[in-house]
Amino acid sequence: MVVYDTILIRYGELSTKGKNKKDFINRLSKNIQRVLEDCPELQFKNTYDRIYIKLNGVDPFPLTERISKVFGISSFSLTQKVETNIEAIQKACLEIAQDTQVGTFKVVAHRSDKTFEMKSDDINRSVATVILKNTEHKVNVKTPDFKLHVEVRADSTYITSKIYPAAGGYPVGVNGKAMLLLSGGIDSPVAAYYVMKRGVEIEAIHFSSPPYTSNSAKEKVLELARLVSGYQGRIKVHVVPFTDLQLAIYKHCSESYAITIMRRMMVRIAERVALRNHCLALATGESLGQVASQTLESMGCINDVIKLPVIRPVVTFDKLEIIAKSKEIGTYETSILPFEDCCTIFTPKSPVTKPLIRRAEEYEALFNFETLIEECILNTECIVVKPIKEKESYL
Amino acid sequence: MQPKIYFDNASTTALHPEVYETYCNLLKTKFYNSDALYDASVEIQQMIEKSRLAIADTFCVRANEVLFTSGASESNNMAIKGIVFSSQDKKHIITTQIEHSSVYKTCKELEEVFGYDVTYLPVDKDGKVSASSVREALREDTVLVTIMYVNNEVGSIQPIEAIKEIVKKESHAYFHVDGVQALGKIDIDTKNIDCISFSAHKIEGLKGSGILIKKRHVPMIPLICGGQQEFGLRGGTSNALVHILFAKTLRLALDNQKKYHDLIQSHHDYLLNELNQIEGICINSPKDSVINIINFSYPQIPSEVMMNALNSHGVCVSAQSTCASKQGQPSKVLQAMGFERERANSCIRISISYHTTLDECKEFIKILKESCDKYGRV
Repeated sequence: MVVYDTILIRYGELSTKGKNKKDFINRLSKNIQRVLEDCPELQFKNTYDRIYIKLNGVDPFPLTERISKVFGISSFSLTQKVETNIEAIQKACLEIAQDTQVGTFKVVAHRSDKTFEMKSDDINRSVATVILKNTEHKVNVKTPDFKLHVEVRADSTYITSKIYPAAGGYPVGVNGKAMLLLSGGIDSPVAAYYVMKRGVEIEAIHFSSPPYTSNSAKEKVLELARLVSGYQGRIKVHVVPFTDLQLAIYKHCSESYAITIMRRMMVRIAERVALRNHCLALATGESLGQVASQTLESMGCINDVIKLPVIRPVVTFDKLEIIAKSKEIGTYETSILPFEDCCTIFTPKSPVTKPLIRRAEEYEALFNFETLIEECILNTECIVVKPIKEKESYL
Repeated sequence: MQPKIYFDNASTTALHPEVYETYCNLLKTKFYNSDALYDASVEIQQMIEKSRLAIADTFCVRANEVLFTSGASESNNMAIKGIVFSSQDKKHIITTQIEHSSVYKTCKELEEVFGYDVTYLPVDKDGKVSASSVREALREDTVLVTIMYVNNEVGSIQPIEAIKEIVKKESHAYFHVDGVQALGKIDIDTKNIDCISFSAHKIEGLKGSGILIKKRHVPMIPLICGGQQEFGLRGGTSNALVHILFAKTLRLALDNQKKYHDLIQSHHDYLLNELNQIEGICINSPKDSVINIINFSYPQIPSEVMMNALNSHGVCVSAQSTCASKQGQPSKVLQAMGFERERANSCIRISISYHTTLDECKEFIKILKESCDKYGRV
């Protein structure tokens, strides 16, 4: 039985970043610590090109899924740390080989410590010899069933067999923060994923219209937030009570413009909540042409009322591409739960697809939406969602 | 979260304090398998049999005609499938269009999977099936007639007295009644009814507790084969304490039925009168329904939205049967009564109990009016 004592984290793109690198590494380390915060035994050590997590007896396998979701990691491995001497290296490699199903293997040694007495190739050969003598495994240097990586460093040597691929991208937070409009559909969680992948932290804003939308619809949105929160540690969700404003829109505006005006109100509110929470942009799951409010004309008319940049990561994606990604990141099954959201509840029969800014402004002049917007913001509820469900006392 | 106004007693009820207390006391020590042979077990077995006898006396049947089950859905399945499977040569079943899902879907299954021929009798605008339509539907190969006593959505009382005479005298079919919503609400005479199902949790008893009264002459194939429990008709270690508690639950419910009838009637009349005065509201329950259920529609607001609105004020109500509440379809019962889709889509069922106070009724009407004003058609 092989006992792993370290998780070795390899960086992605940030290895190429110059003077900001230290900040990036610190942020990455913090992000990893957050998703593993329920394991206080873990010890983190940041170095120039790796983060080492000392396990101190914690079983690493349940942690791998969570680590693979942290952006900024290109790959990671479970490693054994041994003394930097050839006997210890041979012994550890043999143990891993004996623990692995019989097949073909290859030893890949690296020497960062060039003072070590053997060259990489000599290490490969001596380790392979021990394995060949003591097991049924065969060598195959081109397409081995498993590779044994041996990293020789001055202080100690790290031996790993399997490399786990990770999410790549930048550590969430190094590129600022954005406010994501989270509806409860399929697209917005996927948008969240892509924004976070570029190192942008997300806060989410959700518009809720009780009693037209139920508590279950809100719970669904919080569950979606929880599912994507794994990529950044935790997520703040602002739930805006939208009913009164929505009713006012339907009272004063033509039905065909109702959705356009509603979206204009939403982004107005989102921008203000964003600025109060130090967000530098809005993000949405809009996809070009998907619905009436997502034509270029509509986007222009809606965008007209705000100044913050709007990131639309899935704007050019086909619906099927978005669905595939949502399945991959695990949000699809929740997204398709059949609860009404505030966009579907009042869907007009023939919404305008080419709204005019002038017309929208005329409708908006018919009622005092400023007060209603302020009320929405005043009554917004802020909920912090963590990736791990809290265990209920009755379970 | 504690609701302010609980108007969903047809869905389930709070536990009667006496039932709760007795159950807690028994739970601490009486864990023995009631079928074992040592004294501690025999004692429990005797308690179950005393409960069975008390129930039998209440319904004027024999003790071995009372079967304990996990609830009325099981009782309904057990009666319907148990009877039709034991009379293989007859393939026709009669039921109605307004049955609870545990009867309706059982009949559907028998129709679609087992090749039975099922007649679903229509109801009139009062939600009642006519006895003569039963007579007309009866055939030589009719094995079972199954009809509910009181409809769970609108509270309409079916003419069971007339139907049972017809089934008994004019056919060889067996007659099963789903008596869940009738128990503790109206008087039930089990004479000439072959099987009748009841549930405990609708009358302040425990969940997971029901009975099926099955007369001796009725053939039945068990759904759950196993041990000797319930005369071999329902295998599995007895949920002894729950069965023991049924007798007490029943006695308390029947006492309260007499004691609080006038009180519930007055609250019913108050609510009905107030509802009639709200513009746009239509009452779906017939005038002679049971007094604990009132079903109404405010067609401008779909059921789900109205329930959310009432819920936000701590008011608990249902739309259709709670057992079908998550499907978002318009009420089958209201459609069968001939109401248009919009009305069937916006129904609300309130069901009160003897715990209901006049203040609660007043508060409910106030909240309802506000919701209608605020969320009516925009």
